[in-house]
Amino acid sequence: MIPAQFDYVAPTTVDDAVRALADAGDEAKVLAGGQSLIPVLRMRLAAPTKLIDLGKVAELRGVREDGNALVIGAMTSHYDVVRDPLIAEHAQLIAMATSTVADSQVRHRGTFGGSLAHADPAGDLLAPALALDAEMVVHGMDGRRVIPASEFFVDYFTTALRPGELLTDVRVPKYTGWHAHYEKFNRVAQAWSIVGVAAAVQVEGHTIQQARVGLTNMSSVPVRATGVERALIGQEATPEAIKAAAEHAVEGTMPVADGNADAAYREHLAKVLTSRAVTAACG
Amino acid sequence: MTTAAEPGQEVGKGRLRKEDARLITGRTRWTDNMSLPGMLHMAMLRSPMAHARITNIDTSEARQMPGVLAVVTGADLADSQGSLPCAWPITEDMKSPDAPSMAVNQVNFAGEVVAAVVARSAAEAADALEGIDVDYDELPVVLDMAEAIKDDADLVHPDLGTNSSATWIFDSAEAGTGGSVDEAIGSAEVVVERTFRQQRLIPAFMEPRSIVVDPTGEQVTMWSATQVPHILRLMLAMTLGVPEHKVRVIAPDVGGGFGGKLQVTPEEVITFLLAQKLGRPVKYTETRSESLASAHHGRDQLQKLTVAARRDGTVTGLKVELLADMGAYLRLVTPGVPILGAFMYNAIYKIPAYHFACTNVFTTKTPTDAYRGAGRPEATFAIERMMDELANELGMDPLELREKNWIKHEEFPYTTVSTLTYDSGNYEAATARAKELFDYDGLRREQAERRQRGDSVQLGIGISTFTEMCGLAPSRVLGSLSYGAGGWEYGAIRMLPTGKVEVITGSSAHGQGHETAWSQIVADKLGVPFEDVEVLHGDTQSSPRGLDTYGSRSLTVGAMAVLSAADKVIEKAKPIAAHMMECSPDDLEFSGGKFTVRGTGTDTGIADIALAVFAAHDLPDGVEPSIDADATFDPENFSFPHGTHLCAAEVDTETGQVRLRSYVAVDDVGKVVNPLIVEGQVHGGLVQGIAQALFEEAVYDESGTLMTGTFADYLVPSAADMPSFTTDRTETPSTTNALGVKGVGEAGTIASTPAVVNAIVDAIRHKGVDDVEMPCTPMRVWQAIQSGAQSAAGPGAEPGGGMGSLDAEGGAR
Repeated sequence: MIPAQFDYVAPTTVDDAVRALADAGDEAKVLAGGQSLIPVLRMRLAAPTKLIDLGKVAELRGVREDGNALVIGAMTSHYDVVRDPLIAEHAQLIAMATSTVADSQVRHRGTFGGSLAHADPAGDLLAPALALDAEMVVHGMDGRRVIPASEFFVDYFTTALRPGELLTDVRVPKYTGWHAHYEKFNRVAQAWSIVGVAAAVQVEGHTIQQARVGLTNMSSVPVRATGVERALIGQEATPEAIKAAAEHAVEGTMPVADGNADAAYREHLAKVLTSRAVTAACG
Repeated sequence: MTTAAEPGQEVGKGRLRKEDARLITGRTRWTDNMSLPGMLHMAMLRSPMAHARITNIDTSEARQMPGVLAVVTGADLADSQGSLPCAWPITEDMKSPDAPSMAVNQVNFAGEVVAAVVARSAAEAADALEGIDVDYDELPVVLDMAEAIKDDADLVHPDLGTNSSATWIFDSAEAGTGGSVDEAIGSAEVVVERTFRQQRLIPAFMEPRSIVVDPTGEQVTMWSATQVPHILRLMLAMTLGVPEHKVRVIAPDVGGGFGGKLQVTPEEVITFLLAQKLGRPVKYTETRSESLASAHHGRDQLQKLTVAARRDGTVTGLKVELLADMGAYLRLVTPGVPILGAFMYNAIYKIPAYHFACTNVFTTKTPTDAYRGAGRPEATFAIERMMDELANELGMDPLELREKNWIKHEEFPYTTVSTLTYDSGNYEAATARAKELFDYDGLRREQAERRQRGDSVQLGIGISTFTEMCGLAPSRVLGSLSYGAGGWEYGAIRMLPTGKVEVITGSSAHGQGHETAWSQIVADKLGVPFEDVEVLHGDTQSSPRGLDTYGSRSLTVGAMAVLSAADKVIEKAKPIAAHMMECSPDDLEFSGGKFTVRGTGTDTGIADIALAVFAAHDLPDGVEPSIDADATFDPENFSFPHGTHLCAAEVDTETGQVRLRSYVAVDDVGKVVNPLIVEGQVHGGLVQGIAQALFEEAVYDESGTLMTGTFADYLVPSAADMPSFTTDRTETPSTTNALGVKGVGEAGTIASTPAVVNAIVDAIRHKGVDDVEMPCTPMRVWQAIQSGAQSAAGPGAEPGGGMGSLDAEGGAR
């Protein structure tokens, strides 16, 4: 279908984009790749009066180092995230999760920041961002502020972004030398996760020194499986220990029921997939 | 077994398709690519309600919106739109409601058209839909077939007094083709009864339906993304009362159909009426969501089967009781689709007693109709699942059980209990080849080892030894089934003065590769280069007669007509060649494109004769200056492709996830014109059949709203979800047509669904599972394992314990 009529602007700097967003008021939407927004517009589920396309803001693309963190520009495409050498070295989990997003065409158009700001709980990038303690750097007319991932995801498709604020960068602490795995469970290759588990571990010898586990689609927001993390730390990376730790995966979750899975099945999957993700991460 | 083509011989050669470049790049005449001077655009407003009375429609705001030329409602069209045709009254007392293209007083499924806007641009038309206000009074929805046929059920069409459209029965004792099923069951050593659910599917063709109607010529011309331009023209005339000779229908390049475009649609009628009313060309192209919600669906049956057998595995009787969901209306061949299955439940087996009864039921859902296989996949699924269930009951290897009952190679031709005569087949050869390619014995060993080890990933082997009836159809058979048309096909050859050849076919290709295959056949027959043949189709002006493409009929029926026309061309050319070479026609033989005087080196090419005929300066007395010819071919029988498909599935018992590890398809489609096209049909068919087993389902919620209204929810798989297929062929020529060919368009779809489900059940049968409802989603498989394990100690856990597959939630038994 054809979207309802809207105005379109394509600023080339963050400042211009922030100004355009402020000028447009409540009825504006930010276009950050469009892999979710365009279908919504075409189905006329939303009819914003203005689209602010960030596709031409060059400063929002790319990955750089900043001390002990990586800074990922919000408009960095999934394709570029998957190929980026800094992410491969310091935040492998993000590259792994991103490589499971939809299909190749979507990964070329869709963006890292766009996915996070869209806050679809079935999206694959939220759980890694949460597990890795990423920070969201946002800009508005009142200036810049930083929101920890743990406070950024508020509800279904809802973030802590205030009206007029843009997500510009994501700061991810370096997890150099950690091992990671993203275990995605779905029915066809290009589909969203029914459940996904993001795991990163630091292993010395056979002992798990540190662990980060995030769950996709187990609540209205991504869930940090802190119970699993606590149970893993200090353990030998044996199948039994990992399996026992994974039993904690459902703590703090509120899974929904849909056509693919009821809540009980999701809870079961969360445990099985957590065990598999951690096992794979431990190598 | 690929037969190598002889040098210079086209038939048998795996040519790339000549139509592919334009189809794949899209640089062609898809209907939606067309733009005519002054053309207007239409958008449809569809009911969000499944069942409601329309109490008021306010179009005043829409009429004022920019660019809008017309807004119409059902009331505006009530006198002109007629009732959409149903060409297959299966019984004399079949109940069929009026089927308006645009709802007038009442909507009976969500997605039914209630109003249309015509505007200068497609965007303006879409905008104006929001300016239409419809008031509905909700009526109770009717969603469950079994509930719908109870006495006190809410009615879809109250004036019909029932939700039951018709009940069609075949009984072998009454027909004199076999014994009494009840006696067979009564005296059986073993009886197995199962109920299967054929979920509702959506054809999901790649090109959405699109229509352009140009009323500005003497003939009204309709371009439509249809499989059936000829049927459409006739039905427009009969439905709307427009004189048939004043209508021209063109199916330009059409992007797939799978039966989903074997239809006369509300949208075609509405576009026709609006273009006529406005006197300007009008285009309508549906959105994908509209297509999923309102283009006809397929399958949707409840199948109860009872099989009677002796302990040694001999099947003694088969009883089939069906409920088939028609949806809200009877479309073109809706009621006949499950009836086509009646002839296929006995499949490749010698079954001495057979009873089939199908009740067609109305619900407040999208109408169903033909979808790749149409009745035959449903039948094949049920009987092939039953053979596995019976084998388990008897403790026999499922392949041995099949072999014990199938028709032996030397028994052909064989007349079945359901009255068809299978002309040829060799089930032994196809099965032997499949077993070899599959490593059947090796996989059985691995299966046993995994079970013994208690692996979390279990292996299952699924079998499907299928046949199908295709090449629809002998006209007299269709007549005996009360179908509203014949089953012949038309072909013609035009010899151009330069020796080039135009082939006209009444078949209407929509992705099958007719242009290539017909060119190969005609090139061989007339001895002309492949490149010199052009195939014209899909336009009632260039191909004046035709019954179009569906039911794997194009090659076995359509190409026979072309071949027959080519014979006539040669016959017509012969006296002219004799005249040119001053010899007797009796001394001529035709080969390699030339008439040769027997015993001499003197010859004349067909191109020379075509030029001589064009000039017509020196033709024999009484011979017309043309060697063009046409022919109409009515098949004397169906053709019966068959094959053995073997599937190895790994079931992750911890998650329920199914992974197909290997899939072997050995098909016997008779002689092959183009092995590459056959391969493509088999691969595509397999994916579509596997998709039914694992992925696809049209799901409605309790209010009758389609929940799978986008491709995010209606899961059409991609190559990434499929194993690499191993395909091969055996070749038992059909004896009922000159080329020895059978159909291949539906075989893969028909065969693969039961192979996959049988493999899944085989993998987890030891956990107390004897069915998983389709699609076999991970959750359903996992739940089946859970409840199977629970019920392993309880009633129904013993083999053949008879718990219906619908008893437990999630399809587990």
